[in-house]
Amino acid sequence: MTARALTVDHLSVSFGKRRVLEDLSFEVESGSSLAIIGPNGCGKTVLFKALIGAIPSAGTIQWAPETVIGYVPQKLDLERDLPLTGRELLEAKAKVTRSVSGEVSRVLTLVELVDEVAGQPIGTLSGGQFQRLLLAFALMGRPSVLLFDEPTAGVDEPGEEQLYELIGRLRRAEGLTLLLISHELSLVYEHAATVLCLSRRRTYFGPPLEILTPERLQEVYGRPMRFHRHHAPA
Amino acid sequence: MPPPSELLLPLGMSVAAGLVGSIAVMRRMTLASDAISHVALPGVGIALLFHLNPLVGGLAALFAGTLLIWALERTTHLPTEAIIGVVFSAALAIGSMLTPGAELVEALFGTREAPGRIETVLGLVAAALVILSVIRARSHLVISLVSADLARTTGVSVSRVNLLFLLAFAVTVALGLRFLGVLLMGSLIIIPAATAKHVAGSLRSMQACSIGVAVLATLMGALAAPTLGVDPGPLTITVAAGMFGVSLVLRRPR
Repeated sequence: MTARALTVDHLSVSFGKRRVLEDLSFEVESGSSLAIIGPNGCGKTVLFKALIGAIPSAGTIQWAPETVIGYVPQKLDLERDLPLTGRELLEAKAKVTRSVSGEVSRVLTLVELVDEVAGQPIGTLSGGQFQRLLLAFALMGRPSVLLFDEPTAGVDEPGEEQLYELIGRLRRAEGLTLLLISHELSLVYEHAATVLCLSRRRTYFGPPLEILTPERLQEVYGRPMRFHRHHAPA
Repeated sequence: MPPPSELLLPLGMSVAAGLVGSIAVMRRMTLASDAISHVALPGVGIALLFHLNPLVGGLAALFAGTLLIWALERTTHLPTEAIIGVVFSAALAIGSMLTPGAELVEALFGTREAPGRIETVLGLVAAALVILSVIRARSHLVISLVSADLARTTGVSVSRVNLLFLLAFAVTVALGLRFLGVLLMGSLIIIPAATAKHVAGSLRSMQACSIGVAVLATLMGALAAPTLGVDPGPLTITVAAGMFGVSLVLRRPR
């Protein structure tokens, strides 16, 4: 029997009288990859924030014992001239988590980010470089679970595929459980083992073949959704 | 020219101001920082009414105001800037009513009167505590200012870090009340850091530059004021503002 990394049971999140998530239940197996999809405003990022304990929620969120979470947020509101280099940000985490020496170099190598780029102020990095830096930040301290909100936000099209391949490689190499939010349905189809589809009406949970059907996507998004199926799902 | 012993406390205060300011500017607290220093005024006014040391009153008011803003931030989830803007501007209004007229100018702009030995020693200890606390919490502060969610998943208590920083800020303001007063002390925290931000490309260089500008402006203010026949506080801020102007020319490309 496969161990569970996460069990979510009857989860609800409200902001005042507005209920964003209602009675949501799903499970994630250890070492697998779950993609969370759905139209804007359906509560994908809110779900992540509830999972990391950043906002109050009702219901049960149960992580496996000894779970260490690495989190990559969707978008950071940073000033372009913020005088903080990527390496300094990683060194700050190394200090807080009391990481072994060489951890910063290890994660930079893992995400294929060269020293020269890591030494630049973070506000000047390109979308792809910044996502790799955040991924390196998340990988510090040897997480068992990686939460990735829109991995390819601000990344150009060729970079999207590369970033997904990198994430997939790291997941396999590091034995990570991966939860990611994405709008890129073709990449979701290719890289996710299960899909959680959120919408205001109802929620679907299952393998990509079952969830990413034209009829279901039209129901959820309210318009036809097309995507390429390059390979068999992960 | 003041004797070297009289420069000790201004030097300690300026190092703390440069260091705290570098974090404040990176946290986008530029305007809020100025307003925070205003909360000392009601404390100064009340202390004068009861014939107590005005610095003690100022420090007490800063602590109370800091805890109030921290609690309001936690409970209302309003942006820090908004809360500070309301709470501390109200404090300035109340303080100006409480502070006797003759002392009001000194409380607002600082005094030429040198601190006593006890005040110097206590002030230096407080400055050392601020400097050590900020250096020790620097990694926590840096991750928090980049993203509260990143901080949370790293195991950083954002709320505790915020409180620590606000208290360090309050003590730094109190350290400068004698020399710069409640109106100008916020400027010594912000202007050197804003200057450093223009020319620095890393946290380390920003902090070194911010401290350097704060110390240089304070020294020049203290040393040149008697010769020029002006108060050291306003001269210090004028020098710092001049350095800010120079930094606009030296600004690193982006």
